[in-house]
Amino acid sequence: MQLAFTEQQQAFRAEIRSWLQANVPAQPLQTFDTEEGFQQHREWEATLNQGRWGMVTWPEALGGRGCDLIEWLIFEEEYYRARAPLRVNQNGIFLLGPTLMEYGTEEQKARFLPAMAEGRDVWAQGWSEPGAGSDMAAIRSTAQLEGDKYIINGQKTWSTRAVWADWLFGMFRTDPDSERHRGLTFILVPLNTPGITVRPIPQLDGLPGFAEIFFDNVEVDVSNRLGDDGAGWAVAMATAGFERGLMLRSPARFQETARRLVELYRANEASASHDPQIREAVMRAYLDAESYCLSTYQTACRLSQGGKIGAESSTNKIFWSELDQNMHATAMSILGARAELLAHAPAAEGVGTWLDGWLFSQSGPIYAGTNEIQRNIIAERMLGMPR
Amino acid sequence: MDFTFSEDQLLFQDSVRDFLVNEITPERLRAGWETDTGRDPALWQQFAELGLTGITVPEEHGGLGMDAVDFVLLAQECGYVALAEPLVNHALVAVPLLQDIGGELAARWLPLAATGEARIIAAVEQNLMVEDAHVADLLLLEREGQWFALEQGQFSCERSESIDPARRLYSVTVQAGTAPIVEGARANALRAACLNRGALGCAAQALGLAQRMIDLSVQYTAERKQFGKAIGSFQAVKHHMANVAVRLEYAKAPVHRAAYAVAEDASGAALAVAQAKLMACEAANLAAKNSIQVHGAMGYTWEVDLHIFMKKAWALANTWGDAGWHKQQVAAVIFADGAALGAGATFQ
Repeated sequence: MQLAFTEQQQAFRAEIRSWLQANVPAQPLQTFDTEEGFQQHREWEATLNQGRWGMVTWPEALGGRGCDLIEWLIFEEEYYRARAPLRVNQNGIFLLGPTLMEYGTEEQKARFLPAMAEGRDVWAQGWSEPGAGSDMAAIRSTAQLEGDKYIINGQKTWSTRAVWADWLFGMFRTDPDSERHRGLTFILVPLNTPGITVRPIPQLDGLPGFAEIFFDNVEVDVSNRLGDDGAGWAVAMATAGFERGLMLRSPARFQETARRLVELYRANEASASHDPQIREAVMRAYLDAESYCLSTYQTACRLSQGGKIGAESSTNKIFWSELDQNMHATAMSILGARAELLAHAPAAEGVGTWLDGWLFSQSGPIYAGTNEIQRNIIAERMLGMPR
Repeated sequence: MDFTFSEDQLLFQDSVRDFLVNEITPERLRAGWETDTGRDPALWQQFAELGLTGITVPEEHGGLGMDAVDFVLLAQECGYVALAEPLVNHALVAVPLLQDIGGELAARWLPLAATGEARIIAAVEQNLMVEDAHVADLLLLEREGQWFALEQGQFSCERSESIDPARRLYSVTVQAGTAPIVEGARANALRAACLNRGALGCAAQALGLAQRMIDLSVQYTAERKQFGKAIGSFQAVKHHMANVAVRLEYAKAPVHRAAYAVAEDASGAALAVAQAKLMACEAANLAAKNSIQVHGAMGYTWEVDLHIFMKKAWALANTWGDAGWHKQQVAAVIFADGAALGAGATFQ
């Protein structure tokens, strides 16, 4: 055990820190749930890519730096410290990218990865359907193979950032006689294909952060299939694997929220001290965010030494989603009567972005497998309780 | 950056776990409750033969020369079996303290600690009660900024009974006229280090206790049937245990980091230990709460083994600094001006 960064790791930290200082936009970008903000974020992805900071874990040949998980965590720490923009193409670069590298043909990698890295192609996910939420194996949207085309029919929903995205990856039932997780195929679909209708769905903040997508005899070339026909479930499970989940929600994000919460508490201590639970909750935020960081480092070190990830990784999502919700609830308590005010409102002095964070934190226990589903997985696969 | 245990450390943990689980059965623990001392010299002798009594004693004094990182995994296993013998205090707290004190006292007692001939116990002001004072061959006791090195006969003990029959707790009175061995600033530094080590020992044992309560509950709910099914198949029961598993999983790395900070005598050790103890004892307390719930009325009985582990978990949460004390340590750091918080600060 040696809990200090190597000189090489420190040099890496210094390099990304100075690049971010020089390049992070002075004014925060607009939210990517608006058309203009989406475009700003797309341009930011191109800037990152030019600096070879777009996806540091990717191989050098693909514009990455071949970083290991520890360097990834360092990158994330500096990224969130610098308050750099959120990643509009996170579904692409963090989830689909590594899956393409594992399952894609050489032709597919050349076709999709550079455009993804440059922010030219922004990706949305297509998993959930009206009848397939927590029960993802209940997918009913079909893709019928005819010649060298799949003909897609059906409906996907809750597709984050699909309103302005260019592509969608998802699972479709290619064997009409199949049931559950068999007979599903992983297909990449351009969202401008005729027969596709994208209907924006306003989220809690009123902005169209996700969409439902209707497919009416949509023709997609068979070369857009990732992995084998009928093997979609295995490909999808790889996409949802631990390391990719880690990339979506690295500890740095929550540690920065905890740090800002301590600041918010100290700035409002006179009023916040009327409720003694607030101080306790702020401390709890710090403890849990630190623990999440420590556990992630421990797991990353174990994995980088050839260790295998086990069922205990399913505890991850419950921990960070509840942490995020608790931290923002505490911020709301500190802000008191100001908590409900929109950031631009005249009386909203000092409210910052806490309200946006509070709204978003409500989605954490729901998306990427509800926390109830996660608890079932923990009980059955990690603890061995009966089905 | 290497946050892993070595293969040797993990193998040692495995062999100690096998030994403890075989030897320290709930039946043996219950038998120990009925004896005068509640402690088992034969078992202590076995620890000595395994090298455990000398694990942290320097090699020149006949020990293995290991540190808190080596021992923390073993302390978890001690928790898993609710070990009553004072091995964690002896190896993790008292022996390193004795080394810090140094001089003739250390030269005389460290070899005896290594062979297991002497059980050494340490306690500080924050310990209301001194556990195992009655079997201490050498008691290193801090009171009001003074350290005393006491052999049996140099202090008197009055036992106060705990709800955990395995715990032997004493109010200790130092014989009038006994001279302290260390005073002043150095005594305070020793107390701080000692408290860190004692709290780390509680935290590590709490991890083991929580795991044991999970294991007992998983086993019980797989066997117990209601409505024609194992109750462990019901989501309401599963989710109780999953919640414990989540809190336990995220308490482990803080405990291991605290062990590292203690071994390295790092400046942030007190914070790391406070965090570890709070996280681990909360996980163990949640394990106790949810385990008794899924055991139903069985969990409320003396006969079912759950209470052995539950009561120890409750007690450890308030030993070597209660939660309030450790929260104060955390608050003093994070609410200070210029505190190093946020992304990238964890290992600075």
